[in-house]
Amino acid sequence: MWPLIGIGVIIIGFAARVNPLIVIIAAALATGIAAHQSPLAIIATFGKAYNESRYVSIVWLILPVIGLLEREGLQERARMLVARMTAATAGRLLVIYLALRQITAALGLLSLFGPAQTVRPLIAPMAEGAAESRLGRLSQKSRLLIRAYAASADNVGAFFGEDIFLAVGSILLIKGFLQQLGIRVAPLSLSLWAIPTALLAFAIHGLRLWQLDVKLTRQNRDEAR
Amino acid sequence: MIGLEQVYWLIGMMFLVIAALSWRDRSHRKWLGNTAFWGLLGISFLFGSVIGNLANGILVLALVGLAGSGATGLGSITTTSTDARDARARKHGNWLFGPALIIPVVAILGTFTLGQIRVWGLPLADPKEVTLIALALGIALALIAAMLWLRSSLHAPLEEARRLSDTIGWAAILPQMLAALGAVFAVCGVGQAVGRIATTWLPLSHPLAAVAAYCIGMAFFTIVMGNAFAAFPVMTAAIGVPLIVNKFGGDPAIMGAIGMLSGFCGTLTTPMAANFNIVPAALLELPDRYGVIKVQIPTAIAMLAGNIALMSLLVFRF
Repeated sequence: MWPLIGIGVIIIGFAARVNPLIVIIAAALATGIAAHQSPLAIIATFGKAYNESRYVSIVWLILPVIGLLEREGLQERARMLVARMTAATAGRLLVIYLALRQITAALGLLSLFGPAQTVRPLIAPMAEGAAESRLGRLSQKSRLLIRAYAASADNVGAFFGEDIFLAVGSILLIKGFLQQLGIRVAPLSLSLWAIPTALLAFAIHGLRLWQLDVKLTRQNRDEAR
Repeated sequence: MIGLEQVYWLIGMMFLVIAALSWRDRSHRKWLGNTAFWGLLGISFLFGSVIGNLANGILVLALVGLAGSGATGLGSITTTSTDARDARARKHGNWLFGPALIIPVVAILGTFTLGQIRVWGLPLADPKEVTLIALALGIALALIAAMLWLRSSLHAPLEEARRLSDTIGWAAILPQMLAALGAVFAVCGVGQAVGRIATTWLPLSHPLAAVAAYCIGMAFFTIVMGNAFAAFPVMTAAIGVPLIVNKFGGDPAIMGAIGMLSGFCGTLTTPMAANFNIVPAALLELPDRYGVIKVQIPTAIAMLAGNIALMSLLVFRF
């Protein structure tokens, strides 16, 4: 049971808001020592896995082009674009984004959208712009709330869309692991059975995004008082 | 053949240039820490595949030391003012979206075509990694197009990349750090230990209790590990297959599909899933590191309840 000490380190460290990088290293060392590994072996295991997961950082390649476009007014343009659409509200815009994210993820285009690719440069400014044109000047609190909801639409759409695609990692993992236990399942049936949850996710999170407009109106009214 | 390694070289060079720009920016206290942090990150991308496991581990320790001791921070950046951006946005019009749209268009086309292109009988791009290579290609083409159209210097996009990197800060390496922690957990048998606890302590004599325990276990274990992929083998071997499938006769495909999606409910609520929850908070400049998680928690709870209901309804019926 001693290797579980690392989980304890994680929970306490994150709760105490210690820098997460330090918490992670401490948890790795504690777990490894509890499992009777030498510190050098743990560091080597850690370094190997860190190096092999560099692919998750490929998205940072986007920073120069997004930065350059931001310098030229990309976020401001995104705001202006939606300000002219009278039907656009922050909530409705994010519902549309949620649907788009789910559909593209279901087609296997997971890295098409994302926090660096679309949320920061386009979706969050658009949602802020839509709220601004309806409610006037936004408080900082409302602004941050809109941004957090924009990021949530991205995550929920990705998570509950990707499993409808056949060749996604999680489907292959389910198939591969069940096969090890002597159970054969077709990838197609796995993707089909991901559809009910996908629809439910759109209903639940879509409804919450829709209600964001009500929330913003209320925040705005409270501040005016 | 173009593989991920060549994409890593590009990123490595980008971070080395960001380090050089930080080195030149002496106007603030943290110039040296920033130079060292982005420089080491550049080295990791350029040479990570050749320096060996222990050297990579030591490099990570150095990165953690720099970030954890507060040696890194926001540099002083020369970018355009809000008013200037407003004026430029009016001048450029909706063409500004053009370069941003090149990225997804090239990414989609590349995903479907790059694997087929052959040069002297060899594939041009690694067929297993076409999506990520196509994404990198789209980004490169978008940058070239934007620079030509805006007649920008090479300096401007790299200086802006430094601004964004400094904004993200140490959160940039958090996803890789957590992946590495997962590997240490796996080597040390953390998964099996949690599985033993789950099967010893949970009441599983009724089919619906087993379904609930499996789904909640997937979500909980994902919260702890930050990754549903780590939770799936443990919970499925401990509860899913022996109880739901073998003992109560449930359908394995439905169990697997909805079980994994129950894990994703946990992903929505955990700081351990940094690339989904913490990195966006940094990117969107939210002062509260947990700002994104907070708005996701109600959806996660409702979705977990929904998944349990769906699995209870479907798994014993097909």
